[in-house]
Amino acid sequence: MAKYILKRFLYMVVTVFIIATLTFFLMNLLPGSPFNEERTTNEAVQRNLEAHYHLDEPLIVQYVLYLKSIVTMDFGPSIKQPTETVNSLLSRGFPISAELGVWTVLTALISGVALGVFAALKHNGVIDYIAMTIAVLGISIPNFVLATLLIQQLAVNLGILPAATWSSPQHMILPIVALATGPMAIIARLTRSSMLETLTQDYIKTARAKGLSPFKVIVKHALKNALMPVVTILGTLLAGILTGTFVIEKIFAIPGMGKYFVEGINQRDYPVIMGTTVFYSAFLVFMLFLVDIAYGILDPRIKLHKEGGS
Amino acid sequence: MIPEQKEKEQPTHSSIPDEWFQPKKKNTDDAESVVRPSLSYWQDAWRRLRQNKLAMSGLLFLILLGIMAVIGPWVSPHDVDTQNLPNQNQAPSMTHWFGTDELGRDVFTRTWYGARISLFVGLMAALIDFFIGVAYGGLSGYKGGRTDNIMMRIIEILYGLPYLLVVILLLVVMGPSLLTIIIALTVTGWVGMARIVRGQVLQLKHNEFVMASQSFGAKTKRIIQKNLLPNTMGPIIVQMTLTVPTAIFAEAFLSFLGLGIQSPYASWGMMANDALGVILSGDWWRLFFPAFFISATMFAFNVLGDGLQDALDPKLRR
Repeated sequence: MAKYILKRFLYMVVTVFIIATLTFFLMNLLPGSPFNEERTTNEAVQRNLEAHYHLDEPLIVQYVLYLKSIVTMDFGPSIKQPTETVNSLLSRGFPISAELGVWTVLTALISGVALGVFAALKHNGVIDYIAMTIAVLGISIPNFVLATLLIQQLAVNLGILPAATWSSPQHMILPIVALATGPMAIIARLTRSSMLETLTQDYIKTARAKGLSPFKVIVKHALKNALMPVVTILGTLLAGILTGTFVIEKIFAIPGMGKYFVEGINQRDYPVIMGTTVFYSAFLVFMLFLVDIAYGILDPRIKLHKEGGS
Repeated sequence: MIPEQKEKEQPTHSSIPDEWFQPKKKNTDDAESVVRPSLSYWQDAWRRLRQNKLAMSGLLFLILLGIMAVIGPWVSPHDVDTQNLPNQNQAPSMTHWFGTDELGRDVFTRTWYGARISLFVGLMAALIDFFIGVAYGGLSGYKGGRTDNIMMRIIEILYGLPYLLVVILLLVVMGPSLLTIIIALTVTGWVGMARIVRGQVLQLKHNEFVMASQSFGAKTKRIIQKNLLPNTMGPIIVQMTLTVPTAIFAEAFLSFLGLGIQSPYASWGMMANDALGVILSGDWWRLFFPAFFISATMFAFNVLGDGLQDALDPKLRR
């Protein structure tokens, strides 16, 4: 197990390093310096500015400084908003984005698993068809389309829920629903097929034959094993939710990290783009690492295989 | 084992009266006849796909969409980007079937133009993923050993990269255009295909027909192309069908962020993004048409992919 974790950890470090390097050199390919636009700056001011941001150093020195700044988690100032640093934007936006993300993951997991289990238990019944129709629709409707439709119908036409911002629990409902529907649909489909397979296993028959209550058989014996495939795709789902926050935060005017990222893209604020990209990637890769480890712990077959192999 | 059984059978035989035994009539009529017409793999898959109504309606929708994407902008009397300010924000009518936007541009024409962009991006991404993924996965799986190990480590690292973040980064640097979107989508998009092809090749490569080819002196390229790939086409086609909606989603997502196709051209994501600005005014047609066609197209590709998955799976063959 220790070897498995170490291996996964090394992958994580390499992946983050590659993303950081890629980001740095891609951004350096861009023509011109960030200060070229300012028509009023004279040459001396420009040189001072470049010296301040180490833009006058050779590329390799800049690269080393950049790697150092990543290790120390200091992403430098924003170029377009002189009073802000990338860190201040991140520290302001991250808690809000994290709140949105956590609620979305919980909503998607609970409703997706419930939908999948009910569909499997009523296989080929009405509930099954309804659940799977919801699931295919959920996969097909992009989150930003769903978000705009929800605003148009529920907020503008009916006026039930507020359309934007992030100030009370009511404000949180629409963004969470818009963001959670896609992952929920994927989880529901996966849970259903894996549950159908698990329910035919011999140990389920044994559990039933022992006289356990149906609830206990389903939750303790079937669901526990049926959820393994769901754990494997959690990483991919997290990536989808994370990128989904960019558009959802933009649509609902939520002052999270995604909003600053999108603003950074639109204003071509390169330090902000670089900082948030690296931060997002590192966060996501770390989550994937946790999912991998959770999977290794949950599935005894993996542990046996790894220990047997080493 | 066999002599023993014979010895055991002997006494049983003698205990049964001989008249119970009757000689079986020699049957020459239909012993060799084929019960049902023999179907090739593809004929059988097509037969089963046809029975799947949902998948067939998805296919039908996509065919119609493809036709409209080609002829739609021609059929319409209005141009994609001709602005007509007196006609701005008109509801659907006989002259403008899907209404007009805030610059008076015809939404009907723009919708089919968006279909062109979406289908083109989706199909190109799937095609490029196919070529890179098949070459990489086929080689990795067939060579095995150290080559496979190194190639798979590379894939594992690429797989860990957040797909859309890399795409966004590339587009920020390359600048948004149709070509750069397709490049950005395929830079890491082929990894899924490569993994599938490799898995299939690993299963197949120890079969006798591959060995026969090897013994004739066939080169690696020929064995992968002629022996291994035709036998993995099922999963490859399913993966391609499911890559298209992913790419269409990504294009719409990027356009929505302002990193996609630029004006004066139209794409569904861009139209949905523009509609967000007028959402309070009640101009429902601005959002409805792009939203409906993005979702319906992704739906159609998803159900078609699911149907193909069932139809092309030899294990489900009856």
